[in-house]
Amino acid sequence: MEKLSYITGNEAAVLGAIEGDAESFFGYPITPATEILEGWIRKAEENKNLNYLQTEDEIAAGFAVIGALLAGKKAFTATAGIGHVLMQDPISMAENERLPFVGIIAQRGGPSTGTVIYSQQELNLASYGGNGDGLRIVYSASSVSEVYYLSQKVFSIAWKYRFPTFLLTDGYLAKQRVNTKLEKYLKPFPSSKILREMKDKPTHLRNCYGSEIEFANILKRNIADYKSLINKVAESESYKASDSKYLIIAHGSVASAAKDSVDILRNSNVKAGLLRPITIRPLDSRNIRRLALKAEKVFIIESAFEQFARMIIFKVPEIANKTVKIYKPAEGFTPDEIASLVNEKI
Amino acid sequence: MTKTIDKNFSMPKCFNERSKPSLYCPGCGQSIFLKHLGFIIDDLEIQGKTTLGIDIGCSLLAWNFFNFDIVQTHHGRSVPVAVGYKLSNKRRIVMSIMGDGGGYAIGLQSLLHAAFRNNPISVFVLNNTGYSMTGGQMAPTSIPGEITTTSPSGKDPKNSGKAFHGPELIKQISDNSAYIARASVSNPIMLQKMIKKTLENQIKNNSFSFLEVLTPCPTNWKTTASESFNFLSKMEKEFPIGEMTKNEK
Ligand SMILES: Cc1ncc(C[n+]2csc(CCOP(=O)(O)OP(=O)(O)O)c2C)c(N)n1
Ligand code: SF4
Repeated sequence: MEKLSYITGNEAAVLGAIEGDAESFFGYPITPATEILEGWIRKAEENKNLNYLQTEDEIAAGFAVIGALLAGKKAFTATAGIGHVLMQDPISMAENERLPFVGIIAQRGGPSTGTVIYSQQELNLASYGGNGDGLRIVYSASSVSEVYYLSQKVFSIAWKYRFPTFLLTDGYLAKQRVNTKLEKYLKPFPSSKILREMKDKPTHLRNCYGSEIEFANILKRNIADYKSLINKVAESESYKASDSKYLIIAHGSVASAAKDSVDILRNSNVKAGLLRPITIRPLDSRNIRRLALKAEKVFIIESAFEQFARMIIFKVPEIANKTVKIYKPAEGFTPDEIASLVNEKI
Repeated sequence: MTKTIDKNFSMPKCFNERSKPSLYCPGCGQSIFLKHLGFIIDDLEIQGKTTLGIDIGCSLLAWNFFNFDIVQTHHGRSVPVAVGYKLSNKRRIVMSIMGDGGGYAIGLQSLLHAAFRNNPISVFVLNNTGYSMTGGQMAPTSIPGEITTTSPSGKDPKNSGKAFHGPELIKQISDNSAYIARASVSNPIMLQKMIKKTLENQIKNNSFSFLEVLTPCPTNWKTTASESFNFLSKMEKEFPIGEMTKNEK
């Protein structure tokens, strides 16, 4: 029998980050992400190779992460909600200077202080929150064991491709304590010093340019690099989707409920299936397109007001007329609920 | 003993010659400060051990000024970047340079907390009583009555406060081992001495080290060379030059 650990999503994030060779953490308390800060500090007290600072705010946390990245450390932060809003200042610097910034975002209800519990409303912010074009990599975990796995993987992806990389969870995932499979990510990518400390060839990093043409060339190169990683990074999981007439597209916790709804629907002879993007940025458009075009009807279900639906339909506009958009901003879905919502519309 | 300017060199050895002539305006106090900083880095022989974080403000112009690693950060954020970097790379000598807007307005929270935690970095705030990069708006350091684009009838202390005294504030919350001082480019010998201590205190005492430097901005002050120095003298009356140790009476 495989060994399981009885842990929470936030504990899985800390354990995963350590397994992924993270060395530094900077953060500011905010529910439901706080236990990542607390858990990291407990680990750092046992292991002197790990360091941390509880900063004065999220802006400083993010910029201190950047300082640590420049020194070649796999560094990260964890935040949520309005803290995630403040974090956009350092993230936009990371986006500009191509720094391997890593953030774990435990989504809570918004706008503003909203609720401290749950939502999927930080999708746009994580994906496109800066004052640039959203050249970021964003994962969405749908189980505690996936939180563990992806918390390792985000560091390797960030350092390999040099784009800010995020893992989205939510308060339900972060706080639930479940038996969890701890699967190792087998392709770790090393970090290296970004400020290289060479006297003859100093590193001069800037984010401010005097000429539109010079900056445009840098942005063009960044966009080309981003496009070339899409096929390597984009991933999705499908469940009973290949022969499905009714395709549900959902991510994160909603997808995990939707998986059970597929079984409920199949038991009553409704040919339902699930497509779950694991990366939100970039989306696995090929798989989405392949399955969505085949289906008679598509259901995009999310705990936000059409944030996810807009992203999907932008990639596969042909499905707009056969798509039912189901949304409950900052509220969760049960499997029975999704099954009956689908049943109502078919 | 601090050596004063080595007459054999018009430029510090750690300068990046390719970045000269620099983008600073003629007569700018910031480039005068950077030159003295360069001489001290040469003098301490720490070019190969130094990392610099700069702000957005006229300090951004220094992104390739020296032949050592430099990172251009955001407005008010060179301190937290320096803090994170130093924590991760304890052997490096880490400096942050910013304007008075960066230090005393948008970045004050981080500056105070770095001082409060006694993070071992050397921070230089260049006080020109205004926001220069954006064209001369009022700053916390603007002197009562000073005319700027956002205080066209002169800074009114009733609405906008008097002149902000950074080192005096930082002294209140910093550790006894911190070095805190204010210099002016009008007195290069004292300026060099204080720059040296701001670096040495990080190196030897592993403590927070802070120097405010009064620097003319002839472009936004709209002053001739002699008028610039007249205004600098006025600043020196408002912002007293000297070291602020914790134990002084
Ligand atoms: C978050 C943010 N707000 C506003 C600006 C615009 N801005 C650029 S430089 C600057 C003021 C700089 O003043 P100071 O820090 O005193 O430096 P100086 O230019 O005088 O050297 C401002 C407001 C910015 N870059 N970032
Ligand atoms: S605007 Fe003022 S502070 Fe900026 S470079 Fe010119 S003189 Fe120096």
